[in-house]
Amino acid sequence: MYDKSLSEQSRALANGELSSLELTQLYLDRIKKLDGNYNSYITVTEDLALEQAKAADERRATGDASALTGIPLAHKDLFCTEGVKTTCGSKILDNFIAPYESTVTHKLKEAGSVMLGKTNMDEFAMGSSNENSYYGAVKNPWDTQAIPGGSSGGSAACVAARLAAGATGTDTGGSIRQPASHCGITGLKPTYGRVSRYGMIAYASSLDQAGPMTRTAEDAALMLNVMAGFDHRDSTCLDREVPDYTAHLNDSLEGLTIGLPKEYFSTGLDSEVEQRVRDAVAEYEKLGARVKEVSLPNLELSIPSYYVIAPAEASSNLSRFDGARFGYRCENPEDLMDMYKRSRSEGFGEEVKRRILVGTYALSAGYYDAYYKKAQKIRRLIRDDFMNAFEQCDIIMGPNAPTSAFNIGEKSDDPVAMYLSDIYTLSVNLAGLPGMSVPAGMANGRPVGLQMIGRHFDESGLLNAAHRFQQVTDFHKQFPINS
Amino acid sequence: MSQTTPSQLKTDNWPLSTDQWETVIGLEIHVQLATKTKIFSGASTAFGAEPNTQACAVDLGLPGVLPVVNEEAINMAIKFGLGIDAEINKVNVFERKNYFYPDLPKGYQTTQLEKPIVGAGHVEITLKDGSTKTVRIHHAHLEEDAGKSLHEDYHGMSGIDLNRAGTPLIEIVTEPDMRNAEEAVAFAKKLHSIVTTLGICDGEMSQGSMRFDVNVSVRPKGQKELGTRTETKNLNSFKFMEAAILKEVERQIDLIEDGGDVIQETRLYNGDTDEARSMRSKEEANDYRYFPCPDLLPVLIEDSRLEKLRAEMPEMPDAKKARFVSDLGLSEVDAEILSGDQATAAFFETAANISGDARLASNWVLGEVSKSLNANSIGISESPVTADMLAGLITRIKDNTITGKVAKQVFEALWKGDGKNADEIIEKQDLRKVTDTDAIESMIDEVLVANAQQVENYRAAPPEKRSKMIGFFVGQAMRASKGKADPGMVNQMLKEKLDA
Repeated sequence: MYDKSLSEQSRALANGELSSLELTQLYLDRIKKLDGNYNSYITVTEDLALEQAKAADERRATGDASALTGIPLAHKDLFCTEGVKTTCGSKILDNFIAPYESTVTHKLKEAGSVMLGKTNMDEFAMGSSNENSYYGAVKNPWDTQAIPGGSSGGSAACVAARLAAGATGTDTGGSIRQPASHCGITGLKPTYGRVSRYGMIAYASSLDQAGPMTRTAEDAALMLNVMAGFDHRDSTCLDREVPDYTAHLNDSLEGLTIGLPKEYFSTGLDSEVEQRVRDAVAEYEKLGARVKEVSLPNLELSIPSYYVIAPAEASSNLSRFDGARFGYRCENPEDLMDMYKRSRSEGFGEEVKRRILVGTYALSAGYYDAYYKKAQKIRRLIRDDFMNAFEQCDIIMGPNAPTSAFNIGEKSDDPVAMYLSDIYTLSVNLAGLPGMSVPAGMANGRPVGLQMIGRHFDESGLLNAAHRFQQVTDFHKQFPINS
Repeated sequence: MSQTTPSQLKTDNWPLSTDQWETVIGLEIHVQLATKTKIFSGASTAFGAEPNTQACAVDLGLPGVLPVVNEEAINMAIKFGLGIDAEINKVNVFERKNYFYPDLPKGYQTTQLEKPIVGAGHVEITLKDGSTKTVRIHHAHLEEDAGKSLHEDYHGMSGIDLNRAGTPLIEIVTEPDMRNAEEAVAFAKKLHSIVTTLGICDGEMSQGSMRFDVNVSVRPKGQKELGTRTETKNLNSFKFMEAAILKEVERQIDLIEDGGDVIQETRLYNGDTDEARSMRSKEEANDYRYFPCPDLLPVLIEDSRLEKLRAEMPEMPDAKKARFVSDLGLSEVDAEILSGDQATAAFFETAANISGDARLASNWVLGEVSKSLNANSIGISESPVTADMLAGLITRIKDNTITGKVAKQVFEALWKGDGKNADEIIEKQDLRKVTDTDAIESMIDEVLVANAQQVENYRAAPPEKRSKMIGFFVGQAMRASKGKADPGMVNQMLKEKLDA
């Protein structure tokens, strides 16, 4: 049953083929047996999971079950979960237990889902390889030499290895789509403002967005149905009706216009990756879609723009981790300054410190206009590029990353090379658009995803396109043979 | 703002005498808004609770929590803007001011910088000599208060109380338009009057509801450029503010005349010891790295909201003062004081309306009522004699039921709680004015018998001296009547008897 999709498991629970308790126990056993190979979980909440599974079965018996009731999920370890440790992949929060629940996990809990545990991630969601975790690197279930992608690497790996039916992730510059692509699963980053950020530990507030990481588009639709919606505790969350995301999954793609940005297929793109993307687009043509070349002329500027805005916001967002009220505090501080300096120096990892420094510099007196303000202007240009492109097409398609997953340690000494690999995903966050990755085959022996970008709030359109693709392909059904 | 140090302009006739210096003062005022909950969270803002009992996850800056703007704080800031005739910025933006301090839980203060909610406005002040002056307001912005660091009684450690963290403030910044301590204090009092009239601040200065930062510089009279300024922070009484300004002006003049330079710095003044000291110089100042808060959208103020708030505006002190003078016939001085405080003005108006005598009501509020409040150190809202009770008393003075002297006695009885209104006390204590001729005559006769020697002296005196001497007998007779006798009748009848 573990190799079935979340949707199939949901139907099995509904038909009484098995209980949530059995399904949950199955996953807990698999985690115990296999996760030593992948390190995808930071915390496994076995007792809580079994308790929730029992409650889900009881709820189902009363006839009050939703599609997610009894479904075992894993949550990225930056969603605050009341009473359960939330580390954000950092030493500085190694002892942090939130006294409140994030809106996303609260909603999923209310729907009756079961929490298996909290997944590993790049520290404070900063990274593209999941090597920046205080709890150790996550390994790609397809090839444990390879990175799983990041920052939601733990969530991607546990879904790929069938150690959870689905997982939550967050995407600030590609952190759902890129690991989904590298691990051969389906990942959706919704429109900025579609899902509440309350209780999600912030990296870059104007870019962060939570979304589902699953095996299929249908699974993602079921999770998004619960995750999306207005929250009065998040001022940036939009008060806009939530459609039933499963309603249009099977709509015809006849007449759909796909835009291929020429900048997505220029130098630096691995030829096998390009081929898988072009193969996927060819499938869409068979499904009745038309293909058009479009242009995103400022794409290259998305890297410098993102790597100013995100660190600038992060440098401020992470100021609260100061050793004063919660989290790690250094031993025997001499005075206040010493406490601040050592708690932060010892508590944060290298990449986090690098981004805090970059962000602090970008906001400093005398540099603000040249960096932060200019980056915001570029951000508007990038958004305009997308708006122009969407006048000529309905969905934009391309790769998620220039290559399939690279080896662990391959780029860890070269942060700029790592940043450059985010070229295809960053602009989507800067523009606040929804983006998705669906499995599209293998390149150089490792999975590749097709990235799809939609108009603001057109998650239904993306899910429809993804679902129809998955009806005629089986990439999403494949999973690592050794797991 | 150009800053030339006066010492660079030394001339042959240096040093200048004190009256050749001009003082320039600008103020920054933090006003705590009287919202029930904090500016970005639902926690209570009540003063005086146990430490850290009124701070929720948002106020504590825990990971993952987000701010949501309190619309009531926005409304109050708008009302302030309308009250000083300022432009309201229809798009205003919260920014983050980044610095580390233990009583600042998030490591940044959410405030406004480039786009504050209230633009330029102005406040009129009246000085002791009756002259008026306009103080320009540069802008006013919304921000959150910090918590408090407690440095005593923690075994060598510091305690942090975050109850105050997130309390909504407006920070009001004036132009450097004041020229001496009197003007600064007059402005401060006027501002107090404006915010309490608007009901946007409780005005409790001792609890930190209004805190003044005073920017002071001096320059030789006639010089255009401003001198180097210092900022004295967190003055929370008019008295301390005045003392701090006088002290700083003197320090700066002494410093310059001794050949030194004023350095731009932040200073602290201790009102209890009347001592001031430097806190930090400009060089030590933080780079606050302001940027728009990405957790909050720009605040958009619709015209309809502005109009609704405009309709809710109370009568402002200046308009009230003008009305007291023109409609009620009060003097400028009395009207200024009575209109200055919302509670006092309301008390006065109630007493004046019910009694139908504004002049008497004014005299009583500024006289006996103020005196008793001051003696007991309480505010007018806590007065045991209510406006209704005062009006009842005034009515009995007007209709000649009691004498002026007895009226004070009735007031004291009301203050002590001896009766629920003037009539009850007058009845209970038998204080009606005595106008019965027989009764007064018999009292007078007793006085004359008891003071036979003085009667003889009176009658021996020449007529021009008698008018002065009669006062003694009037006093005796009034005392014998316990103040109740009609003084006019006593005077008249005494004269008749003595001169007979």
